[in-house]
Amino acid sequence: MRGFLAGAVALLALGPVAAWAQVVFVTNEKGNSVTRIDVATLEVIDTVPVGQRPRGITISNDGRQLFVAASDDDTVQVFDPETMRLIHTLPSGPDPEQFVLHPSGNPLFIANEDDNLVTVVDVVTRRALAEIPVGIEPEGMGISPDGRVLVNTSETTNMAHFIDTETFKIFHNTLVDSRPRVAEFTRDGSLLFVSAEIGGTVSVIDPASGEIVHTIRFAVPGVTPEALQPVGVRVTADGSRVFVALGPANRVAVVDGRTFEVKNYLLVGQRVWQLAFTPDERYLFTTNGNSNDVSVIDVAAERVIKSIPVGDQPWGVVVSPN
Amino acid sequence: MLRTVLTAAIALAPMAASAAEVVSAVLRIERERPAPISRLELPAGDEGFMGALLATRDNETTGGFLGHTYVLHKAAALPEDATAALDDLIEQGARFIVTLAEADDLLALADHAAGRDVLLLNVSAPDDRLRGVDCRANVLHATPSRRMLADGLAQYLLWKRWDRWALVHGSHPRDREKAEALRAAARRFGARIVSELAFEDTGGARRSDTGHVLVQRQIPGLMQGLREHDVVVVADESQVFGVHMPYRGWTARPVAGDAGLRATAWHPAHEGFGATQLQRRFEALAGRRMTDLDYEAWVALRAVSEAVTRTDTADLATVLAHLLSDDFELAAFKGMPLSFRPWSRQLRQAVILGDGFTVVSISPQEEFLHQRTRLDTLGVDEAESACPL
Repeated sequence: MRGFLAGAVALLALGPVAAWAQVVFVTNEKGNSVTRIDVATLEVIDTVPVGQRPRGITISNDGRQLFVAASDDDTVQVFDPETMRLIHTLPSGPDPEQFVLHPSGNPLFIANEDDNLVTVVDVVTRRALAEIPVGIEPEGMGISPDGRVLVNTSETTNMAHFIDTETFKIFHNTLVDSRPRVAEFTRDGSLLFVSAEIGGTVSVIDPASGEIVHTIRFAVPGVTPEALQPVGVRVTADGSRVFVALGPANRVAVVDGRTFEVKNYLLVGQRVWQLAFTPDERYLFTTNGNSNDVSVIDVAAERVIKSIPVGDQPWGVVVSPN
Repeated sequence: MLRTVLTAAIALAPMAASAAEVVSAVLRIERERPAPISRLELPAGDEGFMGALLATRDNETTGGFLGHTYVLHKAAALPEDATAALDDLIEQGARFIVTLAEADDLLALADHAAGRDVLLLNVSAPDDRLRGVDCRANVLHATPSRRMLADGLAQYLLWKRWDRWALVHGSHPRDREKAEALRAAARRFGARIVSELAFEDTGGARRSDTGHVLVQRQIPGLMQGLREHDVVVVADESQVFGVHMPYRGWTARPVAGDAGLRATAWHPAHEGFGATQLQRRFEALAGRRMTDLDYEAWVALRAVSEAVTRTDTADLATVLAHLLSDDFELAAFKGMPLSFRPWSRQLRQAVILGDGFTVVSISPQEEFLHQRTRLDTLGVDEAESACPL
């Protein structure tokens, strides 16, 4: 708390044009809170109470609105990232989990786990624009860099659903391995990665055809294969490396973005799920749900340099833009 | 608010796929069972059926993207009418039949259906012999065997270092079989049964108005002679006395088995691995909590659908071959993929350890390893299997 006050004072001293320090926001699913971490010092700024069972988290392009899925409150809360004051809530539909913002900053596409729906919400007018029926237990949400294609994964139907963001209609389905959790496009939109938690794989999909061009598998000596459960996926901007969180294997895999070979396994905290880069890709942050901490990976060195204790059962993570 | 929302039409774009139609059924063979001791366990009457119905709804949603359709029939019959009821279901086109039946009734159905284009999915009989000497080529077991449940419980008790067990078992055949499964689990994982006590069922009413007064006096006396133990392990599937054991013993010891800490396929409080979604879906459909039978019926028909989805056909031989292959895996809210043991046709799965209120743990415990999969630390392993298939 003292660190937060000091930060606020510094901000005032620098005047209105000064940028707020770059901050990592972590949802603590069990703690009903968001922990803020200063990227410059890698120290916790504070932990702030939010709605019940916060999971998905993202931030607007201008860094002025922080979106938090309060799953058990059936709403998406929008906070001022600097003050952590609640600005308003969005009509998310029941049990929102993951969501993704359109690259233009609007609308927000929300997976409603309980209702087999993706809800499209205008974040300015705060109205639901559409509900898109998808497979059982929608979860992962990825959007193409041009904003034209939304990909939702359904955990029990085991598909990646390709949705046209103009018509809100599904135009293609790709069957992937069991319990797909996260969908992530490369920055140039040429590839789509879909992790399958129970299947233990990451499918590499050509978004143009919807075909799976490669299946990434994992193996760690001394770790039982069932524990290799891919969830979070993040690709470097140049597409050269793919980082995959492996859940209860307590590791993040580093995959070559061209050959899809696994190059490295980085030991992090327990039950690692979601990942977020800093915009300059210097660091990658991981949420470790069973050890209540965030691991900091030095991306260039592919080394874990710090573990930061956060709230109870960290789930989602996002870093503010520059 | 949502009423004003423009709902996108269900314009599902089917993938290039066959027009498979999957016809399943639930068949319950009625046997009279005594009333439970606790009125909290009075049956709703549609256990198993509702799980199968939810699976069919889930499968229809997935099938909608593939051009696959799912149909569910239901039937209930007395033992003497069982085979006729099975014939009726086959006549109606059912190929995948979930059975709610005791061991001998299930064997009669399996032998009656032998050589025909039908697969039985056992969701209620835990008997190890159905996976061993009495295994059948046309029966898959979605419900865990007694040995799997006993092994799952034993692993946790050993993890707690509660390795001195007092075993108290009932007098009915299934209670004796449960006791045998618990003895085998003790041998496998290194617990010692320091005392055994048999509890004879002398009949009579299950409940009475001031019954607790008598029970409170009886149980400690019965338990007085047991050797020093860490835990009381109860084998009482018949539910004659087991639930009276907690809090009433001669010494203060925890109770596990068919009372206290129980090993089950499902628990209505289980929320791990996304299970909340399944619980909520079920509760919305059935208006009550999801039981073991519902979960197992759901799992059985989800397994069928998963095989149909992957093989793009409802052809029984193809589906069965896929179910028994290394390629088959099912995500079913237990943290590890479920698959079938080809040597016993038993569905591998974690078991949940819970009291009446919460989930205490989920077995296999991490410390128990296996060369194939940790799930094979539960139940009879390939080398010991007596199934000739």
